[in-house]
Amino acid sequence: MSHPHALPAPSLLLAHRRRGLALAGFFLLLLLGGAGVSDPYTANLLIIALLFAGLAQSWNLLGGFCGQISLGHALYFGLGAYLTTLARLDHIPTLAALPAAALVGGAAAVLIGLPVFRLTGHHYAIATLVIAEAVYLLFLNWDWVGAASGLFVSYQGESWLDLSFRTSKFPYLLAMLLYAGGITALAWALSAARLGYDWRAVRDDPAAAASLGVGVHQVKLLAALLSGAGTALGGGLYAAYVNYVDPDSVMASRLSIEIALPAVMGGVGTLWGPLIGAAVEVPVSEFSRSYMGGSGQGFDLMVYGGLIMAIALFRPEGLASLLAGLRRRGRTA
Amino acid sequence: MAALLEVEGVSKAFGGLAALTDVSFHLEGGEILGLIGPNGAGKSTLFGCIAGAIRPDRGRIRFAGRDITGLGAERIARAGIGRTFQVMRSFETLSVLENVLVGSFRRHRRLRPALAASRAVLERTGLLGRENVPAAALTPAEKRRLEIARALALSPRLLLLDETLTGLTPREAEEGVALLRALRAEGLTLLMVEHVMEILLPLVDRVVVLDLGRVLTIGTPEEIVRHPETLRAYFGERHARG
Amino acid sequence: MSAADLAQVAASGLLIGLLYALIAAGLSLIFGLMDVVNFAHGELLMLAMYATFLLNRAAGLDPLLATPLIALFLFALGLVLYRGLMARALTVTVNRGMVQIFITFGLAIFLRGAAQFAFGAEFRSIPKSWLANESARLGPVILPWPQLAAGLIAFLAFLLLFLVLRSEFGRALEATREDREAVALIGIDRERIFALGFGLGTGAVGIAGAALAAFYYISPDVGANFALIAYVTVALGGFGSLAGALLAGILIGEVEAFTAFLLTPSLKQLGMFALYVAVLALRPQGLFGARQ
Repeated sequence: MSHPHALPAPSLLLAHRRRGLALAGFFLLLLLGGAGVSDPYTANLLIIALLFAGLAQSWNLLGGFCGQISLGHALYFGLGAYLTTLARLDHIPTLAALPAAALVGGAAAVLIGLPVFRLTGHHYAIATLVIAEAVYLLFLNWDWVGAASGLFVSYQGESWLDLSFRTSKFPYLLAMLLYAGGITALAWALSAARLGYDWRAVRDDPAAAASLGVGVHQVKLLAALLSGAGTALGGGLYAAYVNYVDPDSVMASRLSIEIALPAVMGGVGTLWGPLIGAAVEVPVSEFSRSYMGGSGQGFDLMVYGGLIMAIALFRPEGLASLLAGLRRRGRTA
Repeated sequence: MAALLEVEGVSKAFGGLAALTDVSFHLEGGEILGLIGPNGAGKSTLFGCIAGAIRPDRGRIRFAGRDITGLGAERIARAGIGRTFQVMRSFETLSVLENVLVGSFRRHRRLRPALAASRAVLERTGLLGRENVPAAALTPAEKRRLEIARALALSPRLLLLDETLTGLTPREAEEGVALLRALRAEGLTLLMVEHVMEILLPLVDRVVVLDLGRVLTIGTPEEIVRHPETLRAYFGERHARG
Repeated sequence: MSAADLAQVAASGLLIGLLYALIAAGLSLIFGLMDVVNFAHGELLMLAMYATFLLNRAAGLDPLLATPLIALFLFALGLVLYRGLMARALTVTVNRGMVQIFITFGLAIFLRGAAQFAFGAEFRSIPKSWLANESARLGPVILPWPQLAAGLIAFLAFLLLFLVLRSEFGRALEATREDREAVALIGIDRERIFALGFGLGTGAVGIAGAALAAFYYISPDVGANFALIAYVTVALGGFGSLAGALLAGILIGEVEAFTAFLLTPSLKQLGMFALYVAVLALRPQGLFGARQ
């Protein structure tokens, strides 16, 4: 079993700082590289990949660090997307709506966690799945939010306040970089803080965590709060980017999986995992949709599902562990 | 001097089956108290009740003069009672140092002082050389030690030890006994469940004998061995002769 | 709402509820035995429906006659899935919770894709069967025979399940579920029991699929919705409880039928979701589940 701490580690503090520097360098490189991207297709791919990196990083706080696997994050994403869009239609600036969206997403996650976190086992995964689907159904039939046809925001000129741009995609790229980078920075800071250790202790053994004075229920709720808020923020940014929301694009159960998957593929409970996972998943999914998917042939789903099974079975630590392995080999060579 | 821990008339039943019936005893500060009894005597249930993992049906548990009955494991830990588990429970994905860090964070909010405190605990428990090893890679003896280290990070006044010396080689057990003696010398109070009488009896000040959920007798090790009928009944001929 | 309406709605709710109960029973059985939620349960139902459809088209076999064959097929598939996938997933030590959830989730997506690949995304249905377009009249209540037969089959399958669980094998199952480690000492092969239990669970969903295919449309996505209902049923009935699944299944069938009748068919699941949320808030261990 490969394990990051099996390395002849320097001090924990030093390793933490190095990880932070590497992550900061990574996002800086993306910023420099992103500034040079003029082709709209590539820019779009980068924007979506960064969005999912931030979403997966948010999911990872709860599912990875705290070990509470959610299959319903589409709910928080959708709430954020709808709230931002509705605000925009009411002429409330998007930049003002985004914090509110995060708050609503976090509150929704806490509300679900409140009863379910007291139960053990698989109740949480099922509750998140079912409740997300219930709200999806509600939005599908709710005329005030446009029901199945959704809501559309018409273009009303360039505006930073509303995150509305037509001439260049760079501002969106910048926004998504800030989003993914911000959530990653939060995860990095927490990974060496008391809360981060409380989460991992609860994940590994709740009874032992409680015996050390960790407030198991409270720290789970805190994880849900931050995770839901981060996901709703991503939903709001996405709505500002595409100017269109409907239940199928922002609340369907497939989205819940797409949010969790980069973290699962890259490595749950790691900082690089969601980033690596998003860098792999988004292009693969774009590619399989445009080249293999076609008119619903299903091959893309087979690849997708097969990939999930293969990683869960053969690389449960995720792809990030491959990198760690390479690095160690490089060091001993 | 008031007792550090007072257990008064504690009863607990599971689905109509009495696991503990009217159990009372007390623990003086600085004392090592042994808890013995055959399998199913209710030792684990009693431990669970004191540590807050199980809520007693009746009775009171007071710690340092404060009523802690049914407080919940988290708050009892913060009140100053550390514990180990019969079935080892380490945080398998964390390193040895990080395992202890979880406990240290209760007393130090920031990473640096928490790290320093954790290293100090590892030094006391002889695990400092293994600090960066993942807990999953430890030997059983080291895992037992890690559980003690983790609990010590809370700076507890009372330590509950559930079969920490069971299943070790004679040498490892000897080292374990030395550690417990050192802890007691530092002023810590210990309540320990142990099966191996040869190890337990020389170590403890007093023994509580539990059987079928009731306190059978309480006394010094000498008094306990002088009750051959008790020992013969519950621990077999071998110990009765000791 | 007249008394006749009431009886009609209640009878329809009961019939579909029995099917929900049978689907949930398979899920609950597997969960109770090995503490794994099979997120591909709905897709196994979908496979059973396609298999019924194919047998009908290729050999002209009536869904009624196909039912035992489909049950056997799904039972065998369950054995294969257990040996090939689940047994491995159960032994994983790293990220255990994640692996056990995503292994079946990945399987669900894979099976959905495979069905789409093989049969296309369009809706299918079985055009001709013995019972099609026939109805039974019980006083004021008119029940289509395919639905009535499906309800009866589900009920019989439930009786069968109860009988199996009272047999020697059932006792071994019960012992394994109570203490997974200790059963090895009394000569029970845990792997064999797990495999058979998994097969029993998928076999149950096979029966439900065959019965359902006689009157319900078939598509690669059809399982998702039934699986969702099964999760709710199991959560309401209490995880691992067979009798709980039966009661909760019927309850959900009734709630759904009355919601559709009183509101509108497109919102028929709203009642079920409301019930779920209420139970979650008030009695999170389920209506019939034991307190933890």
